[in-house]
This record gives sequence, structure tokens and C-alpha cells, in this order.
Amino acid sequence: MSESTSSGVLTTADGVPLKVSLRRAVRRSRFKALLLVAPLLLFLGIAFVMPIFDMLSRSVANPEVPTHLSRTVAALEDWDSQSGELPDESTYAALATDLAEGHENRAIGRLSSRLNYEQSGMRSAIMRSGMASRTMEPPYKEGLLEAHEAWGQLETWRLIKRESSPYTMSYYLAAVDMKLSPEGAIVDVADNQKIYQALFWRTFWMSGVITLLTLVLGFPIAYLLANLPLRKSNLLMILVLLPFWTSLLVRTTTWIAILQSQGVLNDMMVALGVIADDARWQMIHNKLGTIIAMTHILLPFMILPLYSVMKTIPSSYMHAARSLGGKPFLSFRRVYFPLTIPGIAAGGILVFILSIGYYITPALVGGQSGRFITNYIAYHMQTSLNWGLAAAIASILLFVVIIFYLVFNRLIGVDKVKLG
Amino acid sequence: MTDNSAPIGEVDPELADVERPTNEQDDCFARFVNVQKSYDGVELVVKAFNLDINKGEFITLLGPSGSGKTTCLMMMAGFETPTHGKILLKGQPINDLPPHKRGIGMVFQNYALFPHMTVAENLAFPLEVRHFTKEQIKDNVERALSMVRLEDFGDRRPAQLSGGQQQRVALARALVFEPELVLMDEPLGALDKNLREEMQYEIKRIHASLGVTMIYVTHDQSEALTMSDRIAVFNDGVVQQLADPQTLYESPANAFVAYFIGENNRLVGDVIERLGEQCKVRLDGGDTVLAKPVAVGGIGSRTTLSLRPERVTVLHGASDPRGDALDNRFSAKVQEVIYLGDHLRTRIAVCGNEEFIIKTPNAEGHYALRPGQEIEVGWASGDCHALDA
Ligand SMILES: Nc1ncnc2c1ncn2[C@@H]1O[C@H](COP(=O)(O)OP(=O)(O)OP(=O)(O)O)[C@@H](O)[C@H]1O
Ligand SMILES: [Mg+2]
Repeated sequence: MSESTSSGVLTTADGVPLKVSLRRAVRRSRFKALLLVAPLLLFLGIAFVMPIFDMLSRSVANPEVPTHLSRTVAALEDWDSQSGELPDESTYAALATDLAEGHENRAIGRLSSRLNYEQSGMRSAIMRSGMASRTMEPPYKEGLLEAHEAWGQLETWRLIKRESSPYTMSYYLAAVDMKLSPEGAIVDVADNQKIYQALFWRTFWMSGVITLLTLVLGFPIAYLLANLPLRKSNLLMILVLLPFWTSLLVRTTTWIAILQSQGVLNDMMVALGVIADDARWQMIHNKLGTIIAMTHILLPFMILPLYSVMKTIPSSYMHAARSLGGKPFLSFRRVYFPLTIPGIAAGGILVFILSIGYYITPALVGGQSGRFITNYIAYHMQTSLNWGLAAAIASILLFVVIIFYLVFNRLIGVDKVKLG
Repeated sequence: MTDNSAPIGEVDPELADVERPTNEQDDCFARFVNVQKSYDGVELVVKAFNLDINKGEFITLLGPSGSGKTTCLMMMAGFETPTHGKILLKGQPINDLPPHKRGIGMVFQNYALFPHMTVAENLAFPLEVRHFTKEQIKDNVERALSMVRLEDFGDRRPAQLSGGQQQRVALARALVFEPELVLMDEPLGALDKNLREEMQYEIKRIHASLGVTMIYVTHDQSEALTMSDRIAVFNDGVVQQLADPQTLYESPANAFVAYFIGENNRLVGDVIERLGEQCKVRLDGGDTVLAKPVAVGGIGSRTTLSLRPERVTVLHGASDPRGDALDNRFSAKVQEVIYLGDHLRTRIAVCGNEEFIIKTPNAEGHYALRPGQEIEVGWASGDCHALDA
């Protein structure tokens, strides 16, 4: 054993431990590398990480009741919601003060919407009582009961007590068609109010179908791209990339022009006598429309990863399999196909994730039955302004995508996929 | 000997069409009959390729890069179709037979081991597609692995093997289903020199023990010489000479073969006289040399004389008795001496050629030559082949 190792620590010639010396040597270059990527890191932080955290916190945030009914919440502290009795006069007084103040600073609208999500009728209860509470004299209990009968019901008070925490899971429950019963148990909403479960399910299975279709259509094209002589494959590659040069909106609306009942395809079929004029195919504004248009739009995202993997498979593998006695299809199945699996997985996960999150195309060609869950996120963002619910749905999508990715990583391994 | 050597010059494709007699049908295992190949319809990559291969033979296709060796192999394996001509296997034309029905083993230059299968699975593949039973597969795979001395490597992936081990696996896989014909396209090209020599020996051993017919492609002439029963020297899509290694080396049929196989000195001149077994050639430098006419025209035709370096004798002065047997004697000047251990390579200027190489064994009784020294050299006319210009 040499001297430097017998002491247990390797040292450089001047006696500095090797590890220390190495760390010093790489520190400078690390710092430079960090400087180079700093703008990107900053951008990612602002445009990616922060919005995600904002979304996650919005999906559980519950500031309305604790903030705008702070006195009431404090007064309800000692109230036993199981006692079967209404709260005492002091609580009603606190509520009246809160409502009057809320009416003053216009916070009452948000509060009423929030409570209305949980129990319909709460909006009018709050708005009307808010108006009345400005001029209300004691006893407040009578005044409030006069303003709205909801204040005489135990459920109303239980609801306020329940929602007095700064966090809530009711958005997540709503996102999967569930709610908290007045007793605090998790129950399904009424069947005629269920929408999101079906929408999630529809989004997933349609994305699955779209992924499968892009695979079936894209596989042979990727094969040709990887195996044709250079000049032909270059031309084909241009054709594959061509859609990227036109706007997504143009491509989607083109499908409307082609598929609608007075569209190109139907006109042609009628002209050819394949279908009667009054029996035109309904191919758009339904699931079929969404599937056709999305398959077309997402096809390149399947072809390109497949191509990049196939490009690395030398033709000698198939030659070897054939010369060893494998029939063409068997050789393909046993030798070529397994080697393309990393590409299939990469393309599949890419198309599936993109498809789950797609929004414009289903909105334009999906009609009522072909819409995706994302369209409802947009609806709650823009129209109903229920951002909490939008954030909860989006977070669920994010979790699902992460789970898909982890499963994929477990099965295939990301490192096996070489893109480009 | 001379029967084996079949010089084929450029053959006019029109004339090449004539069917050759098929009298040796019985011992002729595989045949190329007037095979031509063009990839682009403009240029013939293989022009009139004829080759009869006997059972159990080790045939090597040797030639420079781009001469069409791989193309011929691919046509035999069924991955390329001949543009013209016939390929016969055991008397049957196989032009229209798909590759998987030909039963020909093949070793590729990059081995083409299936990366997603273990070594044992790679070897089992040809047996599985032939519907062998599980036990048969296990036995045959074990036997094939022990043949290439890789008994303990069955569970490894190809990526976990060294180059030489991968090569052995590729060889075992091409042999495991007991094909009668095995094709190898530069199988040792990716190996270093020591490993290559070891594998050459290994392949020869297996060839001898199994008695399979092998067609081997290489552009390494020493590999071809050590391994082959017969060698077909390719150039420009044409077989220049087909012969056993010794004939090829000793009696090259034309200037290309002489140049391509082994080292050789070239002297260029005109034939001025033909005397039966000999001809007299006047070199461009003015000297007159006696040579053995192999591929020359009549008097006045241009010729390239080919002379192996080891066939040149350095004489101890004009009175050296060894000189009596040599009918060509010239004085020369030593240009450069390169010490190579077992022998000395000496560049001399003789007959106006300054690049003339001679080899002298590093043994007692041989001169230690020095640059600038004036010496006397000689060679027998029988060792000096007059070939095409
Ligand atoms: N698939 C192909 N398409 C077009 N031309 C080809 C093709 N394959 C080979 N060629 C051409 O045919 C000629 C002979 O090629 P081949 O591969 O048979 O040469 P080779 O003797 O095996 O050479 P090397 O020693 O370099 O492997 C070359 O000029 C090559 O460019
Ligand atoms: Mg080749």
C-alpha cells in the first residue's frame, strides 16, 4: 500500500486532500455553467414553478369564510354543532356586523359565491341579509331571520363552522362529483348533477384512443422515414413537419370544413351516391370529430420519437433475423418491434399527455359530447370564475400525468429514450 | 494447379450470357452463374460473376473497398436480387427464394446480435423459428456455446460482452441451426490484431470440425491467405483470379492480383522477344529483363513485370556462385534499410526504379547493407512474371 492511502485519505502532491482539491477545481466551472443557465432558471421559476404552486394552493385555499366572517367564526368557536340548537344572540350579532362590513367593502359577493358552491340558496341568503344588516337593530337574531329564513336552519350554521378553516377539500370533492354532507361525511352528489367523473373518464379513454390511432398511423410512416433513401425520406419528413408550419387553429377549422354535414366529405359522398342527401354523416361536433382532428394534430408527436428510435436500428438486425430463418412478420415481431418500444413509449406518453391537456381542438370540433375536462377548466376560469374548482381539476390532471410518467419510467426507463 | 486459376478479364455482358457447361453438378454445392448486379440501372456493381463452390470449401472473396463483395454475399443470402444471372444452391436456383427459406447462416460485420435478448436467447432464435422442442433448443444452444468457448455467458446481454466475445456469439448463432453454408462479411473487421488472429484460427478450427461450406468476405489479404481453400480476388465487379492461396501468390494472373496480394515490385516495359517459356522485356529505363510471360500479348506490347521482394538475391560480388542460376543480374544502389527484427527490408535503386524493395533474412551469411552501398542483385526469370500493363 502506498503512503497516501495508508492514512486513508488520498492527497495531491502538496498535501491537500484529493477531494478538496478536486472540489476547488470544479467549483469555478460549475459557477460559470450556472451563470449560463441562470436566465432559463429564472424564466422557469416565474413561468412554470410559481404558477403550479399557485394552482395547487388555490385548489385548497378557503379564505372567504375565515376572512369575511371572522367575528362569526370566533363566536361559533364554543357552539356545538351537534347540540341541535341554534347559536346564541351574540353569534347573530357578530354575523350582522360581519355582513354589514362585507357589504360596505364589497367582499360579500365572493363570500356568497363560495357558500353557494356548498349549498344552493346561500347566495341570496347572504346578499339579502347583507343589505338588511346595514340598518339592523338588536335583537339581531330576529332581524336576520326576517331577512332570510336560512339563518334559522342548523345546516347553515354547520356549514359556516365547517368552512371556517383556511383550507378546504371541497373543491377536490366537487371535481370528482362528491361533496360533504351537512353531517360532514363525504357523499356523492345527486346523479343529475354529476359531470366531472364522466368527463375525466371520457378525456382519458378518448386520449387513449387518440394515442393508439397515432401509433397505428404513425408507425409505418416512421418506419419509412427511417428506412427510405435519403432524398425520399427528406421529402417525407417535410410532409410530416408541414402541419407545424400552419396554425393549430387553421388545421382545426379545416377539419370542420371537411367533416361538417355540409362539408367536403359529405358533399362528395352524396355526389358519389354513397349516402343519401338527408342521411349525411355526423362527423363533427361529437366525439368522432374530436378524435379525428386530435389524431391528425398529434400525429407528428408520435412519429418523431418513433423515427428517432428506428433510425438507430441497423437493417442488419432484420437481415440477421431473416437469415436465421424468421419469416418476415415473425422477424418483425420478435426483433424489430421490441427495439422500437422505447420510441412507442416516448411517443405514446407524449401524445397521451398532450391529448389530456388539449383544449382548443375539442372546444372547436367536440360539440357537447366531444369536450374534454380541460374545456371545463377553461369554463370555470373564464365564465363561472370558480378558480378553486378549476385549480382542483387541473391539479388532478397534473397528478394523473405525473403518475403516468412514473409508471412509464418504471416500465421503460426515460434514459432508454434518445430523442434526436 | 493451373486448372484452379481462372483469370477472367472484363467480360462483355452480352457475351457473358452464354451458359457454361454444368458437368460438375454433383460436387458443386453452390454456384453463381453469370451474375450481374446494378443498384441504379446505370452502373454494374457486379459484372459477370461466376463461382463454383464445392461442399465443405472455405472460399474467400477478397478485394478493395467497393468492389462488390458484400453485394455478392447479399445476393447469396437473398437480401439483394441479381439483376441478371442465376444463383444455385445444391443444384436448385434460389433467385426467388426468400432469405428465411434458404437456410444459410450469416455473420455480419457488426455482428447484429439482438440487443434485447440474452446470448442464449439469441442462439435459440433460429431454433425457435424452426419449432425445435425446449430440450433440443437447450442442448443445441449449450453445444454451440461450448463450441465457441462461452459456456458461462448464456445469460448475458450482447452489450455486456467484449468485441471478441460478441464475435464468437455471432458465429455460434450462425452455426447453431446447422446450416450447410455460412456467409461471413468481414466478421473480424472490428477486432484488434491479436484477437483477429485468434479468431481466424477459431473459425478455421470450427470449419474443419463441422465441415460446413463457408464464404468469407474480407479486404485483408493476409487473412484471406491464411484461412482460405480458394480465394476470389475482386476488383471493379469482376473476379480477377480465382485460385488457392499459393497459386495466387506465386502465379498472379494479372497486375492487379500481383499488386493486391502480398508485396511486389513493378517494372514497366515493352516485350521485344518471345522465347517459349521466357520473354525478353526492354524496360523504360533501357535495361533488358528476362521474364516468364503470364498475361502478355505479342512482341511490342506493353507489360508490367511483377517480382516478389523475397525472390531477389543480393550477390556477394560478380563472382558469387549463387548468381549462376539467376538469369537476371543488375547492379543496384541501396537507398534505405529498415530493420524489422526477423528480416531487413531494403529499398534499392535498380533498373531505373528507386522504389524497388528487397527482403533479406536477418541471419548469418547475409550482408549487412548500408545506405549508399553499391551492390549486385539477381533474380530468376521464372520468378519475374510478365503481366498486363
Ligand atoms: N444499397 C445500395 N444502393 C446503391 N449502391 C450500392 C448499394 N450497396 C452497395 N452499393 C454500391 O455497390 C458497390 C459495391 O458495394 P459493396 O458493398 O458490394 O462493396 P464491398 O466490396 O463490400 O466493399 P467494402 O469492402 O467496402 O465493404 C459500391 O460502389 C457501392 O457504392
Ligand atoms: Mg462490404
